[in-house]
Amino acid sequence: MEQKAQESYPYVIEMLHITKEFPGIKANDDITLQLKRGEIHALLGENGAGKSTLMSVLFGMYQPEKGEIRKNGKVVHIKDPNDATELGIGMVHQHFKLVECFSVLDNIILGVEPNTMGFLKKSEAKAKVVELSKHYGLAVDPDAKIEDITVGMQQRTEILKMLYRDNEILIFDEPTAVLTPQEIDELMQIMRNLKAEGKSILFISHKLNEIMAVADRCTVLRKGRYIGTVDTANTTVEELSAMMVGRNVNFHVEKKEAEIGDTVLKVRNVTVASKVHKNNAVKNVSFDVHAGEILCIAGIDGNGQTEFVHGLTGLEPLVSGSIEMLGKDITKASIRKRSTSGMSHIPEDRHKHGLVLDYTLEDNLVLQRYFEPEFTSKAGFLRRANIRKYAEKLIGDFDIRSGQGPETIARSMSGGNQQKAIVARELDKDPELLVAVQPTRGLDVGAIEHIHKQLVAKRDAGKAVLLVSLELDEVMDVPDRILVMYEGEIVGELDPKTTTQEELGLYMAGAKRDEVNVE
Amino acid sequence: MKIFKNKAVQALLSSLICIVLGVLIGYIVLLIINPEGAGKAIITLLKNFFYYPTSAMRREYFGSTLVKTAPLLMCSLSVLFAYKTGLFNIGAAGQYCIGVCACLFTALYFSWPWYLCLLCAVVAGALFGFIVGVLKSYCNVNEVISGIMLNWIALYITNAVLSLVKEPTSPYTYKLQGAMGKAALLPTLGPINKFFNGNKYITIAVPIAIIIAIAVWVILEKTRFGYELKATGFNRNAAKYAGMADKRNAILTLVIAGALAGLGASFYYQSGIQQWECTATSVPGMGFNGIAATFLGGLNPIGTIFSSFFLQHITDGGTHIDTMKYSAQISELISSVIIYLCGFVLFIKHTMNKVSINKEAKRLKKEASKPAEEKAKGGEA
Repeated sequence: MEQKAQESYPYVIEMLHITKEFPGIKANDDITLQLKRGEIHALLGENGAGKSTLMSVLFGMYQPEKGEIRKNGKVVHIKDPNDATELGIGMVHQHFKLVECFSVLDNIILGVEPNTMGFLKKSEAKAKVVELSKHYGLAVDPDAKIEDITVGMQQRTEILKMLYRDNEILIFDEPTAVLTPQEIDELMQIMRNLKAEGKSILFISHKLNEIMAVADRCTVLRKGRYIGTVDTANTTVEELSAMMVGRNVNFHVEKKEAEIGDTVLKVRNVTVASKVHKNNAVKNVSFDVHAGEILCIAGIDGNGQTEFVHGLTGLEPLVSGSIEMLGKDITKASIRKRSTSGMSHIPEDRHKHGLVLDYTLEDNLVLQRYFEPEFTSKAGFLRRANIRKYAEKLIGDFDIRSGQGPETIARSMSGGNQQKAIVARELDKDPELLVAVQPTRGLDVGAIEHIHKQLVAKRDAGKAVLLVSLELDEVMDVPDRILVMYEGEIVGELDPKTTTQEELGLYMAGAKRDEVNVE
Repeated sequence: MKIFKNKAVQALLSSLICIVLGVLIGYIVLLIINPEGAGKAIITLLKNFFYYPTSAMRREYFGSTLVKTAPLLMCSLSVLFAYKTGLFNIGAAGQYCIGVCACLFTALYFSWPWYLCLLCAVVAGALFGFIVGVLKSYCNVNEVISGIMLNWIALYITNAVLSLVKEPTSPYTYKLQGAMGKAALLPTLGPINKFFNGNKYITIAVPIAIIIAIAVWVILEKTRFGYELKATGFNRNAAKYAGMADKRNAILTLVIAGALAGLGASFYYQSGIQQWECTATSVPGMGFNGIAATFLGGLNPIGTIFSSFFLQHITDGGTHIDTMKYSAQISELISSVIIYLCGFVLFIKHTMNKVSINKEAKRLKKEASKPAEEKAKGGEA
């Protein structure tokens, strides 16, 4: 009886009127999210809109002040992630939670290992995994080690982890950020398969095209509030983005014809060692960046872009090759020397490199300039008053929002505002060369638009911009020239005006390559 | 209850809780060993110099506690300074030990004046810090491992070297007196010594140690150097990204930490209150107690002044425990129990923080429901 009643109830999970406050901020304000059985439901919102908080509430990491969660119409209390797991809720995190040196199978069964008297019974598990992977079209090799397989396969391992645990509610947190266009198509198909098998999927994203392509319904959050839920069949990308941002957004980056100036950066035969493997991550890379242009290095994550930037900015030494900036050889220059001679660097990982999270916002804003006479007296004492004044100026100019202004601890700020702080700091240095690595990673449409405008403004002011990006839209839209990096080599130079996403995808996947001549 | 959210209050409170817990457990240990004298013993320990009947004697022994507080404070500052840069200077004990070696040897062998001996202790400590720093920065050797190994090296070097200036009939080094070593005694505080019943061991070390604690606070909080050090401690990668010389800073930090510990050795042994025992089989506990004092002091240089004094206070107090009822080691056992508990400060702080956040959440929950009711009422009106 009860079973039947459950199945007739349309919503498998409901979060009703959830309110979650943190000191100084209402992260979730009366949010309602109803997930139907067997649907793909997108959760759309800018950064800081409250998506992560809402999911943390669902996973029992936070307790809401108000509101309730229901499963199949019955109120449930989720006190910690174990409760969530018991309710059949599983999640693929944006950053995979896999043990690199374990096999796919080991990762899938981790924590629920089938055993008799403590002895593993792997063959049983393997049979189940193979069966699941066939059933849902999730191609993986159960015996391969995680560190040896592609990002797409790692993601499929994460999905299998949920299926192995018989989860019926699957949450995907920005799953396409790390995938190639082809892999994204595959993932979309997998999600449709899962849906056809009766699984309910919650798809967190800010990529509107993907939501339109795969989701049935979409719930939009903005600044911690519930804006509405729409059927994707009856809406448009423009409408969704207006709901998300609260105004109409210009997707296309407006920019005038580039006025190419002198060579600012000359990279010749640069080779950088890999930190994980014995071979080199960057092989013999050469190119120029000129004043007044935005050059983009495109490629799938993990093809040597990170190592190249580390070599360029001085975080890691080069194996061989040379780098010249503004006519001066900086191959062996210190990081500080590069910085003071006109290089700014928006790092890929804002938590690892970009910020001292336990420092205040103002201390982070002077991280590249604290030693200048304006901020440090001759005797070596910090000029606190000047630091405060400078920080307040940047906070105003770049609209950095935080709980306690300059005194806010960086850790407590939202990701978007942390990124804004870094961008403000690096742009205000007025660099001749701006190295921007995924400057819009994890940001909302509004903030992305703002940062893109800033990059174009730098270019129009006659500065050189080197953009490293994984986002296809950004690669197609922002730069004046594209170089594609594949397995540590430049495999193609493309003109964003004439190329297509498909062609770009082929280069990125290594299916196509040209000889690129610099001189 | 707002006061509990204040970070300083939380730090102070958690230190006090640790002390109370430590004393309580120390008392229980005494009870188990000999229930008869436990109450009296624990009070004796806490009373320390108040144990003495006359005011003059109390002041004299209060002075003795101060003399031993100065080196402990220096070791504590040594640990703290490195800790702020993200390094755990367990080698403070060895740096202190080699400092003893340097100042006593120069004092007794060369009969150098006090400031030169002091300088030698500082340099010796700094050198040992430097070794740890270089190994850390350029060979990626964990500072705890190399620190512990250097502690033993320091101990045996000290034993070997100081055996050259040891009394023929005992394992102890000569006293700092007469032509050999008198010049190495630190200057006393003159009239102030009179207040301490003429306790001649009270030297300029006591005020200087306090001044150095304040100086460390200023360096960490107010200077560019402190900004860099703390940035490195919080996030080494970001410090490197910002062009800070992270390797150089790590070495410099350990050099300074070593110098502070070495100075502590000079402060103690050049007061003449103690001779080195050349058959010692372990480094002096001063460096390790410094770790406890650092945490008990809430990782604040000013806080360590008080925590160092307290730890020294109970250590000295322990020596007055009735040895008829308890074995001679009991004093060290009880003070170690208390010191050990003092290491739990961060844990207590964390717990308090959690409780206060939970309370805050409850309060917000209440408030969140209130306005809604009021609104409803307002709507009716």
